[in-house]
Amino acid sequence: MEKEEYVQLVESKSKNPRILEDAFISFLTGGVLGASFEVLTMWFIKMFDLSAKIATGWAILVFILLAALLTGFGIFDSLVSKFKFGLIIPITGFAHSISSALLDYKRDGLITGLGSNMFKLAGCVILYGTASAFIFTIVKVMIYG
Amino acid sequence: MNIFYSFMAVGIICMIASLIYDTTKLTPGHITSLFVVVGAFLAIFDFYDILIENIGAGMSLPITSFGNSLVNAAYEGYHANGFYGLFNGMYNTTSAGISGAIICGFFVTLFFKPKD
Repeated sequence: MEKEEYVQLVESKSKNPRILEDAFISFLTGGVLGASFEVLTMWFIKMFDLSAKIATGWAILVFILLAALLTGFGIFDSLVSKFKFGLIIPITGFAHSISSALLDYKRDGLITGLGSNMFKLAGCVILYGTASAFIFTIVKVMIYG
Repeated sequence: MNIFYSFMAVGIICMIASLIYDTTKLTPGHITSLFVVVGAFLAIFDFYDILIENIGAGMSLPITSFGNSLVNAAYEGYHANGFYGLFNGMYNTTSAGISGAIICGFFVTLFFKPKD
């Protein structure tokens, strides 16, 4: 086989042929999570008479707890392979990245395992969030004072 | 009605992530980082807060709202305590999410065994 043919073959095989299907699954999963988040927030506001901000915070904590528990039971990884980005982009993905890193390195001990590897995956979110927030806040201050 | 809007909005954000993943060579780590930066950028013109107001609390769920909250909290901190407040206030709203994820993850790890 010629080299170019080979490269073409690899490219055609490695490109995901299910782009639209994946996108649709992510859309549905993300949508269901978003809608249930909205319902949960409204329930918190009605039930405990909370302000919208605090109710949102509680709802986020509930989702984080659920994601951590599902990761502990070993269910979350198979859910992610099925539902893809519908679970990664919401805050559940952030919680999952921390708890799965903790579980993966449990056998290396409390300090060298858990302590030093906890932010292996979530670190990029915190680092680039903080760095970009610093720059953009200065921009915002320069625009609006 | 807010429930339907939240469904559409969060769904579309996740769909965009999926499309980026399938059409480029970026990893999920790249995409979540990118989304946080986009959320922080949208906070400059209060665009993300307008989305939350009009669509509903559902918009606080995607990771983009993490960047938005960082910028808004830092901006509020700047107005309360000057330049020092920018550092002091940056995590004001997101700290619940970060500490919640750490605490839940830690106790789950103590009580559960890794799968293999």
